[in-house]
Parts: sequence; C-alpha cells; structure tokens
Amino acid sequence: MIRRLKHYVALHAQNLFGALGRVARQPIGSLMTIIVIAIALALPAGLRVLLNNAQILSGSWDGAIDFTVYLNLDVDAARAEQLTRDVQAREDITQAVFISRSDALAEFREYSGFGEALDALDENPLPHALVVRPASGDKADVEALAGALELMPETNFVQLDTAWVERLSRMLTLAKRVVDIATILLALAVVLIIGNTIRLEINNRREEIQVVKLVGGSDGFIRRPFLYLGFCYGLAGSVVAALTVALGLSLVASPTRALAQVYGSDFSLAGLTGPQILLLLGSGALLGWMGAGVAAARHLKAIEPS
Amino acid sequence: MIRFENVYKRYPNGRAALASVSFRLERGEMAFLTGPSGSGKSTLLKLIALIERPSRGTVLVGNQNTSRVQHRRVPHFRRRLGVVFQDNKLLSDRTVFDNVALPLVIAALRRREIGRRVRAALDQVGLLGYEKHSPVALSSGEQQRVGIARAIASRPELVIADEPTGNLDPELSKEILGLFERFNEVGVTILIATHDVGLIEEHQHKRLRLDGGKVVPEHLE
Repeated sequence: MIRRLKHYVALHAQNLFGALGRVARQPIGSLMTIIVIAIALALPAGLRVLLNNAQILSGSWDGAIDFTVYLNLDVDAARAEQLTRDVQAREDITQAVFISRSDALAEFREYSGFGEALDALDENPLPHALVVRPASGDKADVEALAGALELMPETNFVQLDTAWVERLSRMLTLAKRVVDIATILLALAVVLIIGNTIRLEINNRREEIQVVKLVGGSDGFIRRPFLYLGFCYGLAGSVVAALTVALGLSLVASPTRALAQVYGSDFSLAGLTGPQILLLLGSGALLGWMGAGVAAARHLKAIEPS
Repeated sequence: MIRFENVYKRYPNGRAALASVSFRLERGEMAFLTGPSGSGKSTLLKLIALIERPSRGTVLVGNQNTSRVQHRRVPHFRRRLGVVFQDNKLLSDRTVFDNVALPLVIAALRRREIGRRVRAALDQVGLLGYEKHSPVALSSGEQQRVGIARAIASRPELVIADEPTGNLDPELSKEILGLFERFNEVGVTILIATHDVGLIEEHQHKRLRLDGGKVVPEHLE
C-alpha cells in the first residue's frame, strides 16, 4: 500500500518535472502561451478588484443615509433649536444637527457661486433646517422616520435622498453580472488556448505516444504528462496574471488616493487578498488541467500504433 | 503459446491480408515467419500484438483469446509481450537507459528494480555502459540491440519481431539472430518475421511461409 503510494507520488513528481522541462525547453513559445493565458486571467481578476473597491465605497455610503428636514420660514431660531433638541431625544435618531438660515446662506454663498445673485435679494430665502442621521440603516425605518418628521407642524418638507444610493447599488449589481459573464467567457478562452497548445504538443509527440502504447502504456499513463503540461501553463499564466493585477493597482493607487482626498475621503484601493490570490492561482491551474484533459480526450484516442 | 484458427483479416479498404490462416507455436519454440513482402507477415504479427483484430477466426496468445481482450485491457495484454520493430522505434530525445526502462516504468516497477533490469537487458545485448548515450549516437546495429533490450527488459514469455534485420548488413543480422537464439535457449518463445531466406538457411527452427495471405507448405529446402 505504502509502496504503491510512494510509486504514485514519484510518478506524478516525475511528470510534473517533465512538464516543467518541456516548458523550459521552448522558452519563447511557452512564454507567449503563458502571456496570453495571463491576459485572459488578469482581465476578470482586475475587473473583480475594481468591483470590490466600488462595493467598499458604496458600502461606506450605505450606512449614512442622512436626510434634511426643512422648516417653515416663519419658525424662528429659538423654536428651531428647541425642535432640534426634541428630535435629538427620539430613540430612532443617532444625531440631529441644527443649521440656521444664516449658516445655510453663508454656506450657499461660499459653495454655489451664486453669491452676487444672493446680494440682489432683500432677505434670506433659506429656512432653518435639521440634518438628521437615522439610527437604523434600513430603508423602511428611514422612510417611516421621515414620514413622522414630515407631520410636525413646523416642517415645510423633508428631503429624503436614498434613491441615488439605490441606483448605485443596482448599477453595481449589473456591473457584477457583466464581470461574471466576462469571467466565464475568459475562463473558456483559457481552456481553449491551453487545449490548442496541448493539441499541438500531442501532434509533435505522435511517434512517442505510439511507442508508449506499443509497450503497454495505459491511456492514463499517456495522458498524464499532457495534463501536467496544461497544469503548468495554467499555473504560470495565473502567476503572471496576479503580478499584472498587482502592478496595475500600484500604478493607479496614488492617483486614486489623490482623487479621494479631493472628495475629503481617506479611501485607498484594496488589492488582491491572500485568498483571492490563491483562488486565482487555483483556477488557473484547474483551467489548464481541464484544457489539457479536453485535448487529450479528443486527440490521444486517434493515435494508435500501426 | 500462439494459436491461429482459421484467421481471416480484411482491412477496411477491402484488401484481404490473411485468408484462413491456422498454425500453432508451442511455448519455448522459436520460429521464422517468411514470405515475400505483402504476404501478410506484418498483419499476422499485428494480430498477435492486438494492433489489429481478426475479421474472422480465433487468435490465442498464451491461452488467452485476443478477441475477448477489451480495449482498455489492451495495454496490460501488451505488457506481457516483447515487440521488436524493423525501424527499432526508439525515442531519440531520451537516453538508451530511458528507452529500455520505458516498459518497466509503465509496469510501475521500483526504481532500483528498473535500474537492475535495464542493466541486465543491456548486458544481454552487449551494450552495458551505453546507458547514458542517446540512441541517435549509436550505429544501426546498436540501435536495433537497444530495441531488443527494450523488448526483453520486462522479461516477457513471448517476443515477436518484424523484420528485425531489415536494415542491417549480413554480419550484423547474424549477430541479432544469435541474440534471439540465446533468449530462446532460456525459454522465451520467439516469432521472427523476415523475407531474408538466405539468412535463416542454417538455422534449424520452425518456419511458417506465408504467401497470398495463406500458410503454404515449406518445401524449398
């Protein structure tokens, strides 16, 4: 039993090193194959990383669905501050910030660029307002809270802007679906690329395959070196793909940080995590194995000694 | 060891290669299969090695009916058989050692045992010390001896050879035949196809003469 196991391990190690030797013996051809595989793997991997980052970003917005309660123009500052304290006392509210009409005007003057237009007006057109942060992130809870605040006699209207958050999340779902489809297609491409490479290799070694069949080599024995060759191509391709994605991320990391800073965010790009790298390498090797398996199943049968 | 009973072989293109061939070769016998080219010698050997299957009739090898050997069992069947080819069919990108070791690697022998048997086989064909050479660096006679070493490395009870001396001059051919006789002396059953009647004249072994796909009585000598 142990003897058979040892033999089995030795046989597979031999096949693995044989395959590596074959890859090394034709460096240019092998490198081209590996680069094509790497591109096909790096595309979905890179898209996935971007998607991850978009999700992290949208996630940081999801939790903060602040909304604004605009009060009637005839509500004075003292009443508005009292109201802020009342609202603040509610259990379903984390925080309520009072923005007086003069603060609002100053802010508007500074950021809108309509400062001169405002000067033409006799009086401040802006009302007092409360910026409310709900305790719950749940959409229904937020809408219920907004409804309740709308019913206060001092409220003019409540501006609840969750729609864009929802739009963004829908867009991300769509993008994820597109990336999924691209992943499947490119995985198929990797299987075909490796299948074709292995097909050529099988043709080149036609004579050897015939001899091995003549001296009693089983189908498994004949198939094994080709499966290992496919495995090596897939694994090498995914290593290059992982390096490509890492390189690409490092190139856009600093512009992204600069962009985030302009928006007052400390967001920085997340790269490939350990498990993701393992997944990439694993799927590359598996796809290579599969491609070789398909080619071997289709072409080895046809080669019989004559 | 080998028994043919009313064996017919017709190829898909319609060519009839063998017609009602019957003969026996006992265990431990050595025989020559003669006849002009195209007489069906190669086909007969292919039926024994299960490279082809008979259209009709029965081929028994070592008491096993070859038509009952399933496709996936063919490799196991072939492992009990040594085959020598006219063009030796050595792998030029591997050393002499690896060529001879191939059937033993396939049979999953231990590495030490493989080394022992390869050296024993090379010793028997007089090529001990050539393990590391590439077959292409050897003369045609030496290449053929490597091919024979590969055929006997797994110690088969039966060795078949298709024109093993076809590419060799008379001197080397005699040497090769001498090798087969030595194996036969230790009990290996041997069947050699050859069109070179002059070469086998002085040998006292059984002869099967094929002509037009039939075994014809031997009455030349």
